[in-house]
Amino acid sequence: MATAAAQRTAGTQPDGDGVPDTADTADTAAYQRAFDAAVAADERVEPRDWMPDAYRATLVRQIAQHAHSEIIGMQPEANWITRAPSLRRKAILMAKVQDEAGHGLYLYSAAETLGTGRDELLDKLHSGRQKYSSIFNYPTLTWADVGAIGWLVDGAAITNQVPLCRCSYGPYARAMVRICKEESFHQRQGYESLLALSKGTPEQHAMAQDAVDRWWWPSLMMFGPPDDESQHSAQSMEWKIKRHSNDELRQRFVDICVPQAESLGLTLPDPDLRWNEERGHYDFGVIDWTEFRDVLKGNGPCNEQRITQRRRAHDEGAWVREAAAAYAAKHTGTAGAAGHKTHETGAARA
Amino acid sequence: MTATGPATVPATAALALGDDALVLSHRLGEWAGHAPVLEEEVALANIALDLLGQARVLLSLAGDEDELAYLREERAFRNLQLVEQPNGDFAHTIARQLYFSTYQLLLHTELAAGNGPFAPLAAKAVKEIAYHRDHAEQWTLRLGDGTEDSHERMRRASEALWRFTGEMFQPVEGLDADWAGMEERWLESVRDVLTRATLTVPEGPRTGAWSAGAGRQGLHTEPFGRMLAEMQHLHRSHPGASW
Repeated sequence: MATAAAQRTAGTQPDGDGVPDTADTADTAAYQRAFDAAVAADERVEPRDWMPDAYRATLVRQIAQHAHSEIIGMQPEANWITRAPSLRRKAILMAKVQDEAGHGLYLYSAAETLGTGRDELLDKLHSGRQKYSSIFNYPTLTWADVGAIGWLVDGAAITNQVPLCRCSYGPYARAMVRICKEESFHQRQGYESLLALSKGTPEQHAMAQDAVDRWWWPSLMMFGPPDDESQHSAQSMEWKIKRHSNDELRQRFVDICVPQAESLGLTLPDPDLRWNEERGHYDFGVIDWTEFRDVLKGNGPCNEQRITQRRRAHDEGAWVREAAAAYAAKHTGTAGAAGHKTHETGAARA
Repeated sequence: MTATGPATVPATAALALGDDALVLSHRLGEWAGHAPVLEEEVALANIALDLLGQARVLLSLAGDEDELAYLREERAFRNLQLVEQPNGDFAHTIARQLYFSTYQLLLHTELAAGNGPFAPLAAKAVKEIAYHRDHAEQWTLRLGDGTEDSHERMRRASEALWRFTGEMFQPVEGLDADWAGMEERWLESVRDVLTRATLTVPEGPRTGAWSAGAGRQGLHTEPFGRMLAEMQHLHRSHPGASW
C-alpha cells in the first residue's frame, strides 16, 4: 500500500512515472518534503510514489547487486551437485540452488519496479558495470565448503538482510521477508551438514576445519568496508535503506558465530579472537582489506571463471530465448494449444 | 505402504524405475548455473528434485538408497539408456524429457490405477510427472515452431534420441503393465506434440540388437561410466562415513 504522504505526492502525478513532469522547483521541494516525512514516519515508499533520483539510483544499484549475487552465487554450490555424497544431501543442495535462482527472480522484479529491466541489469552484470558479492569469487574445493557456505556465508547474508525487511522501499522489503525465511532454512542445513562432518571420521573433521579456515575471513568481508571508508552508508541510513552500519553488523555476526563454532567443535582462524568483558562483545583480528579490494577489482581466485560461465550460459541460451519470443509472436492472441499469452495482445501474427 | 509391505515389492522393478529417476535427475542437475534463462534454472532444478525424490523412495524399497546409488558399478544399474544420454544442447535435453516423461506418465498412470505394490507411490508421482510432461511439451512447441535455428536443433535432437525410445517398452520383471498398448499410446502422444511443433516423427529404428532393453540388463552407453565416476567418487573415497 502506498503511504499517506506518498499518496499525496502521487496524487499530483497521475502518470505515475515517478518523475516530476516539469522542472518546477517549488513542486520538487514539496515532493521532497513529503518523501522525507514519509521516510521519517517509517512509512513505505512504493513504486508509483515520487522519490529522489539518487534514492532511486541507490536502490537500483543495491537491489541489482543483490540479485546478481544470488545468480552468481549458484555457481560455487552447483559445483558440488553432481558429487554430493548422499542422496539426502544432494536433494538439499539442489533445492538450495533452485531457491537462489528464485531469489534472483524476486530481486530482479523488485528492481524493475524502479524503472529498469532485467535484460538491462543482466547486461550490466555481464559487462562488469554492476558487481556481485565478493564472496562468490572464492572456490569450493571440498564438499565441506558447501556446509561452510551455508553456515557462514548464508549466516552473514541473513545478518545483513534481516534489517532490510524493514527497508523504506516496499518492494525490496517484501522480497527480503520471503528471502530471509528461505535463507534461514539453508543456514540451518549448512550448520547441520558441517556438524555431521565435524562429528564424523577424522578425515571429515579435517575437511570441515579446512573449509571454515578458508571461508571465515571472506565471510567477514561480506559486510563491506569499515564504517569510515563506506561511501554510501551515511546516506543509505538516512533514507532507511540501511538500518545498521557495516561494522555493527559484522560485530553482531562474530558474536553469533563464536559460540556456534564451539558447539560445532571447530575453531575460527583468528588468534586475536577473544571475549571482551568491558564491551560485551568479541574482539577480533584485522581484516585483510587489500585482499578485499583485490577481489572487488576482479582479481580474486574465481572472478574470471564466474563471469565467463554466466556469459556463456546467457550467450548459449540466446537461441532458446529467441525461439520463445518468435513462438509467442506467432501465437499471440490466438487460443492456441499452448495457451501462451503476452501483453502484446494487439500484435499481428508474424 | 499398506498391506503389501516393502518385502513384496519386486526389487528388479524398483531398481529399474528408481535408476531411471536417479540418473535423469543427475543429468538435469548438471544444468544448474547453465540454463538459458533464470526461469529454466528453477524449472530444471524442480524437475530434477522431483525425480530424485521418486528415486529415493524406489531405491529404499530395494535396499539402502545410498549404497545402491553410490556403490553399484555401471553393469549393475538398470536404467534406460535414454536417461543417461548427455544433456547436449537445450533441445536435446527437452527431447529426452519429452520422450521420457511421456513414457513415465503412461506407466505411472497405469500403475496408480492398479492395485500392485507400486500403486501408492505412482499415484503421488503422477502429479509431478504430468507437470514435467507439460514443461517438455511447451518447450518442444516453442523450439520446433520458434525460429529456423531452433526448429533445426529440435529436429536434430528428436532424431538423435529416437533410437533409445524402443527399450522403454521392453517388459520389466515385476511390473504388470500393458506394454504394447502403452507403446501405441506413447507413439500417438509424441506424434501429436511433434506435429504441432511443425516437426515430423523421426524415421529411424527405435530398437536395434544392442539397444533393445539393453539398459535394463545393465548394458549402458559410454558416457554413463563417466557420469557415475563423478557421482560416486566422494562417497567411495570415505568408506563407511555418514554425511
